[in-house]
Amino acid sequence: MRMYSPEIETMKRREIRQMQLERLKHIVRYAYENVPMYRERFDAIGLKPEHIRTLKDIENIPYTTKDDLRDNYPFRLLAVPMKKIVRVHASSGTTGKPITCGYTRADLDNWSTCIARILTMAGATDEDIFHVAFGYGLFTGGFGLHYGVEKLGATVIPVSSGNTERQIMLLKDFGATALIATPSYAMYLAETAKKAGVLQDLKLRLVCMGAEASTAEMHEALHQILGAFPTENYGLTEVGGPGVSGECREKAGMHINEDMFYPEVMNIEENRALPEGEQGELVLTTLTKEGMPILRYRTKDITSLTYEPCKCGRTTARMARVVGRTDDMLIIRGVNVFPSQIESVLMGMPELGKTYEIIVDRVNYMDTIEVRVEVGDTGLLTDYSKLEELVAKIRHKLRVVVQLDVKVKLVEPFSIKRAEGKVKRVTDLRKH
Amino acid sequence: MLVKQLSVFMENRPGRLYKLTHALGKEGIDFVTLSIADTKDFGIVRFIARDNDRAYEVLKNEGFTVGITELIGVEVADRPNALAEVVSLMEESDINIEYLYSFVLTNHNTAKILMRVNETDRAVSLLQNKGIKLLSEKIL
Repeated sequence: MRMYSPEIETMKRREIRQMQLERLKHIVRYAYENVPMYRERFDAIGLKPEHIRTLKDIENIPYTTKDDLRDNYPFRLLAVPMKKIVRVHASSGTTGKPITCGYTRADLDNWSTCIARILTMAGATDEDIFHVAFGYGLFTGGFGLHYGVEKLGATVIPVSSGNTERQIMLLKDFGATALIATPSYAMYLAETAKKAGVLQDLKLRLVCMGAEASTAEMHEALHQILGAFPTENYGLTEVGGPGVSGECREKAGMHINEDMFYPEVMNIEENRALPEGEQGELVLTTLTKEGMPILRYRTKDITSLTYEPCKCGRTTARMARVVGRTDDMLIIRGVNVFPSQIESVLMGMPELGKTYEIIVDRVNYMDTIEVRVEVGDTGLLTDYSKLEELVAKIRHKLRVVVQLDVKVKLVEPFSIKRAEGKVKRVTDLRKH
Repeated sequence: MLVKQLSVFMENRPGRLYKLTHALGKEGIDFVTLSIADTKDFGIVRFIARDNDRAYEVLKNEGFTVGITELIGVEVADRPNALAEVVSLMEESDINIEYLYSFVLTNHNTAKILMRVNETDRAVSLLQNKGIKLLSEKIL
């Protein structure tokens, strides 16, 4: 299997750990000496950079959280003078101030390398033509993927987001072989192309998705429509954007760029590192970042790690697809529900469309959860009993998976609003 | 022999029926029949248009989910018990009527019945044997 950085991607575990330890020691000292917040935090608990002697010692370093990034908005976490920063990105900032990230020239180069590796493991080569449907702007996705594609040596078409009809036209006319989009927008493009009857004119063979989590069922549905191979990759603005990890052709977890990021999976409440295979919150440390080094960032994303070498030949640690964010987890009548559980049920049913929304409310002190999903199969319209059976079937499947009675409402195709950026599937109307 | 009917899935909320009827109206497509039953959340709008094929294309392009169903159409005299006779014919032969609607055109002394049954072929031959006049789309 083709690799972009085979010397890194097939390193022996012992060598990876050795490299990570050296880089960790360096980045801890670097952050301590150049970022006032880290110096204050370390000093407050009497921690010195030289106390980090093993990888395990990382657990003595306090976490960095989203609030820390907000409190230091916009540039107080930079470790270099602004002159050395060649680019700034920021998160979408749905709540209050955005999260910023500053990059030195070396940071940008490393970032592109991470992306080039991820695209290569997804099956891309320098022959591919990439249609980038991520927004270009402060969002890390557009420019991040863009320069990664260039580094790979493939062709990049910077379409950006929006105007779906035009996207379809360009996909067709420019003959893109690979699509870069959020999973929800990739699905919307696929549905729209199908509706317009142009699927046979598309040359797509790869769909590289990021910026939101997706499920195996969603990948399968997308594969069915487009006939292209879907993979997912992972990253977040706080540690530089996409490029932390990505799926290879085995689709057995996302390979982490371990020379750039040190991953831990933690049980936060008990402040306990979890062993391989156990699910907890992903905590990331940047190992090479000059512009804005981040130590032990709490991603809020729930996943697990495996260090088992992959069938593809890579030895890098793999993280499971994110099952949800601690932020996304809904507690309904005391039951923990992740929207991804609901998605896996809906995507597995061919009678349904591929877009849905979840509405949570509280009526008379009782939590209610409603799922709205589009009807897909016209064969259901011959009589009411078929539609009613379908509703009953969805309710039953949801009950098995989430252990709650979920209200199901069938809606008309294309009546649920499509997102062109990050999708918002859940509306929580409860007043906490 | 059979009459094609279009079925459209429709959410039970204001403005939806207008969207459908207007989509066809502005294309100059006439309704021959239209029937709606509703449940709490959604309904199925069933209709026959003067030009069913075009109506199907127009609605597909507007993003509606459209299905095609074949109905049995019969013409009976517009007098008491005419409908009951057709229904009893089905019942005696254990054929289940899933739904039915009927109408009388002005200036006609016959009534038209459109029905969907669980065993279409058998129902058609029963009706034919009884000499009941079956409708095709053209007669409508």
